[in-house]
Amino acid sequence: MSWRAGPSRRSIALKPAPFDYVRPASVREACGILAEAGGGATVIAGGQTLMPLLNLRMSQPFILVDIAGIEDIQGVSAVPGGLRVGAMTRQADGLTDALLAARLPAMVMALEHVGHHQTRNRGTVGGSIALGEPAAEMPATAVALGATMEIASLRGIRQVAAADFYLGPYMTALEPDELLTGVIYPHWPEGHLILFREVARRPGDFALLGMTGAAVLENGAVARIGLAWFGMGPTPIRMVQAENALLGQALTDIDPDVVARLAVADAAPFNDHHVSAEYRRTVGHRIFRRTLREAFGLKEAA
Amino acid sequence: MSEHAIAWTVNAHPRRDRVEARTSLADHLRLEVGCTGVHLGCEHGVCGACTVIVDGRAVRSCLMLAVQADGACVTTVEGLAAPDGTLHTVQQAMREAHGVQCGFCTPGVLMTFAALSSDAAKADEQAMIAAMSGHICRCTGYQGIRRAAKALADKAVGSGQGT
Repeated sequence: MSWRAGPSRRSIALKPAPFDYVRPASVREACGILAEAGGGATVIAGGQTLMPLLNLRMSQPFILVDIAGIEDIQGVSAVPGGLRVGAMTRQADGLTDALLAARLPAMVMALEHVGHHQTRNRGTVGGSIALGEPAAEMPATAVALGATMEIASLRGIRQVAAADFYLGPYMTALEPDELLTGVIYPHWPEGHLILFREVARRPGDFALLGMTGAAVLENGAVARIGLAWFGMGPTPIRMVQAENALLGQALTDIDPDVVARLAVADAAPFNDHHVSAEYRRTVGHRIFRRTLREAFGLKEAA
Repeated sequence: MSEHAIAWTVNAHPRRDRVEARTSLADHLRLEVGCTGVHLGCEHGVCGACTVIVDGRAVRSCLMLAVQADGACVTTVEGLAAPDGTLHTVQQAMREAHGVQCGFCTPGVLMTFAALSSDAAKADEQAMIAAMSGHICRCTGYQGIRRAAKALADKAVGSGQGT
């Protein structure tokens, strides 16, 4: 017997508060809608985090602006000084992109850890970056690698350094009338070392904490380094003290334990229903020490 | 609150529907199209039971709006077997490997395997096992599902093509 839904059943299935849905075809059109909505609009890219927030009515926009139909914010392209990843680039497409694989493996490594296979098929690089979840891989990687956010509005285009973009949990420098259109990653030389490690209950779950970044070695010394924590504070946190301690150092002079202490000193971990701040500090210290040793080929202290 | 006309394909049948903007693809498939093989577990993208194939890719139907499926080609578990009842390769593999216990997670697992094994290049065991992190089997019947993944991968290598 086939079961047919009546109207009363149908109303049960509507979880989000009502909203209008628009699918602009250009950045300009999208920005026009955002400007007119005066803060009442929310942008949906892949929607993999937004959909639950809508269902729980933690997000209640009047207008949902779907940017999936905008051509010039899709895909990866070479730009002067680096690579531009269009905000609407699906995470799964980033993972198979030849340019990213060749030029920015540190970014690809982080991307592999975002969500699950099925959510990466819809989730986008820009969506994750614009949302600013403190435990997410993409925001921290943008900060670590020194990326620049490309932001459009009817007032024009502006660029904001990733380091200045994150203000608090889910709070960014984006104004209500602005759209993140792309993320520009600076050039990292071929052969750069990847420093990435994440601690999660299961692969694909939200990270309890993690670190991400890259390093360049020249003549046995650290010539360039960019490192950031995720899940270790209200925003992605750049490990400024650890970077300064490592920069210019000969590998033979590096004590991973000392640098790990500096790295954790920059973090501001929190207690939540998963683990304590103390756990995050302890495990953060250990994963940093181990990741540094492995990436730089350092021997374990006796 | 806006209503939208969508033209799309579900299980090889072209359809036209009117959907309210806030209706999820999962709810629309279950309540309007009648595809109740789309199972809703967690409804926030973690359990994987609602996984369907949209334009060749395994995605969560609970994390997508029906209006976003305008123009898309959607396959649910109902669309896997041939009209005469012949099981799809992944269904047959799951059956032979005892990859089914209570059956709640099964439609989602099948859709992920079907998407991955439709392209011979991707049908490797590691990719399928890795993608299984996106499915929760509360019977914990993972060993059978693993065997099915291995059988599918072996088959893809043997024949040089997927389903």
